[in-house]
Amino acid sequence: MTFTNSAQLLAFHWVAYSIYAAMIISIVAWFGYNLTRKDAKSVFRIPFYWYMAFLVAGGVGHHIFTYNTIPWVSEDIDRHNIKPDAVYNIEVKNHKWKLPTKQIVIQCEERVLFNVKSHDLTYGFGLFRQDGSMVMQMQVNPGTPNDILWTFNHNGVFNMTSTEYSGPHQYSEDGEDLMEVKNFVKVTGCKEGGLKK
Amino acid sequence: MSFTKNLIEGTNFDHKSLNALQKVTLRSVVMSFLFYGLVALEGMIMRMVEVGRVPGNPVPEQFFHPDHFFSIMTVHPIVGIFGSTYQLVFGAFLFLVPYLTKKPLYSVKLANWTWLLITLGTALAWMAAFVWQYAPLYTLYWPLPADTSQFSAIGGVVFIIGVALIMFGTFGFIYNIYATIFARVGVHKDKTMKELLISGFGIDGLLNLMNKLRGKPPYTKEPALALPVVAIFRGTVDTFLDAVVILGAGILVLVFLLADLSGASWDVSAIDALLYKNFFWWGLDLVADGLVLIYVAGSWYLLATLITGQKLFMENVARAALMLELLVSWMVWSHHLLGDQGQPEMMKLISGEMVTAFELLTQGLALFITLVTLWKARPLKMTMELKYLLGGLIGFGLAVPAAIIQADMGMNRVLHNTQWIIGAHVHIALIVGLYMTLYSAVYVLWPIVTNNTKLYSHKLSNTHYWLHLIGGIGMGAFMGMAGLDGMLRRHLYVDGQFNPDMIFAAICGSMLLIAWFVFLYNIVMSVGIKGLIGIFLPAEDKTASYGIEDEIEPADDPAFAN
Repeated sequence: MTFTNSAQLLAFHWVAYSIYAAMIISIVAWFGYNLTRKDAKSVFRIPFYWYMAFLVAGGVGHHIFTYNTIPWVSEDIDRHNIKPDAVYNIEVKNHKWKLPTKQIVIQCEERVLFNVKSHDLTYGFGLFRQDGSMVMQMQVNPGTPNDILWTFNHNGVFNMTSTEYSGPHQYSEDGEDLMEVKNFVKVTGCKEGGLKK
Repeated sequence: MSFTKNLIEGTNFDHKSLNALQKVTLRSVVMSFLFYGLVALEGMIMRMVEVGRVPGNPVPEQFFHPDHFFSIMTVHPIVGIFGSTYQLVFGAFLFLVPYLTKKPLYSVKLANWTWLLITLGTALAWMAAFVWQYAPLYTLYWPLPADTSQFSAIGGVVFIIGVALIMFGTFGFIYNIYATIFARVGVHKDKTMKELLISGFGIDGLLNLMNKLRGKPPYTKEPALALPVVAIFRGTVDTFLDAVVILGAGILVLVFLLADLSGASWDVSAIDALLYKNFFWWGLDLVADGLVLIYVAGSWYLLATLITGQKLFMENVARAALMLELLVSWMVWSHHLLGDQGQPEMMKLISGEMVTAFELLTQGLALFITLVTLWKARPLKMTMELKYLLGGLIGFGLAVPAAIIQADMGMNRVLHNTQWIIGAHVHIALIVGLYMTLYSAVYVLWPIVTNNTKLYSHKLSNTHYWLHLIGGIGMGAFMGMAGLDGMLRRHLYVDGQFNPDMIFAAICGSMLLIAWFVFLYNIVMSVGIKGLIGIFLPAEDKTASYGIEDEIEPADDPAFAN
């Protein structure tokens, strides 16, 4: 099992967490109901050490699961040793981007390094699909490197904006996001369900 | 009794019968709930702005302006965390520590200064945003708070002074708590400082466990401090460290703002933004992952034992776990920096992921111990305090795993700074987990602190409970869903891009606001307006303790006990 983009991951996460939330609410409600009953008996007994082992397995297993199913985790950790297919240097100052080109066109499964430098404030760098869902993001701190390696496995045209608050000057008086760059990234060459044709 | 008479006189509340300790506790509680109303209103305004400029939205146009919107967003957590939560927790603990240790509070005067300073500080910080629209948000990411091209330097100075006053009030609370715990009077007359320290850190619980494993008699059969006091002792260590860090950051910002006002132009890049972020999050995270979790665990243990009237299940394990939580809470801040590429990968992995995952264990353990303690005492009557306690357990049962999920390098890439974090995790942890636990404590302590005042209406209490529970979970859930759809948390959306999620979140948010009105109405009708005013009048009975016969005043100055 591998998630080839964030949309798949978020959809999985939505289902998994909703099931968990429904379960924990039901368990406590059931527990509360039975607390008031004299004849309530334990349906099952959870030995303490098994419960603790379950929590440990949950806490550690979650990270092992994501490391093995989300491709950008290992890529991110090892990004300094990976040669990207393309590097895009971006600068930002006074809430204005200095972009290498108006639109970046990326081929399917290309590994791209975005290198973003802030000259003043702490910003963010995030790509979003046309429906508003997030492709990826990172923080952009002044004075330290902010680079993210990303492999695009699905076609799409993505908008870019700052994902970190950097003051009200990011917006017009009417609330329009002045840092949003429409259609900044275009990915082509993938099959309909993702990955290279 | 007529409505008017109830409104003015209350049920049977007599403020003159309250002693100094009871009054100072109630003062904090009253201020806390007033600030809660303000924070709920602020939250609703922001939620309605996010619903967008749609027909029928009653929010005036000025709130859609970024200056105004982010001013509200800046003070919302200040009012909520410090003005409301801190005051409620501090008020409760300043009563509980003397009550549980059977000793008088070190100083009622200092306790009065605590709520006064926090109230004044919160009001000043709020004014800075309202009048000068100072809006660097609570995160204060460097160099934004010192950016005078976007914000008024005077507004910034007022804001920092406000936050500093809150921290001074916090130091007052800390001093009072430790001075009371370490006072060798009453039941602790023969205890040494070492014994109290060992018990405070939960080391006696660990030694008891180790002795049990080695087949030796317990280190102590009667620990010097009750378990909830141990939790307060431990949580207060983090409260202190957190206050030092926030005050330190405040001084840094203040120095730059004052330099700007004096005409000098200091280079903000002299401060490393990422290093500052580490420093600031280390301290700020001690609120979320330190004192809140520890105070909550302690409150659960106390509530479970008071509700059941029985001993806590696995008390030694609970004591030892509180010590473990101390170490864990100091090492988890990097989960806030998983999206910062300059942060060393090892710190992300160890502090951000692995140590953070430990919180699943410590909080899961507290949940387990509380549930088993309740279960062993069944059948129990479903009282308001029990209902709220179960609500609190649900809140953390939802919010803690949500936190562990997002404290992951893979998930964080798409969840960081989204509404998922602030909704599914933070708001559910605070509104459902923390507040419902605190409401449970309010119902448990109500007869003790108010000298058996009859509550105006149990129906209203129930209404409040369900509105708060459903509203809290619902709002967090819809915010979380919007986050999964890509909605950022510190961003202005004015076109309703994330409807219908935001509409549903606003409906649930309004349930929370109505719940607060219902609760407030119930309390005012119970104590009456006369009683409410009376709480703030000097106490005739200067006693600084509750439930003990011989009164000893540990403060050097006898005038402290007023």
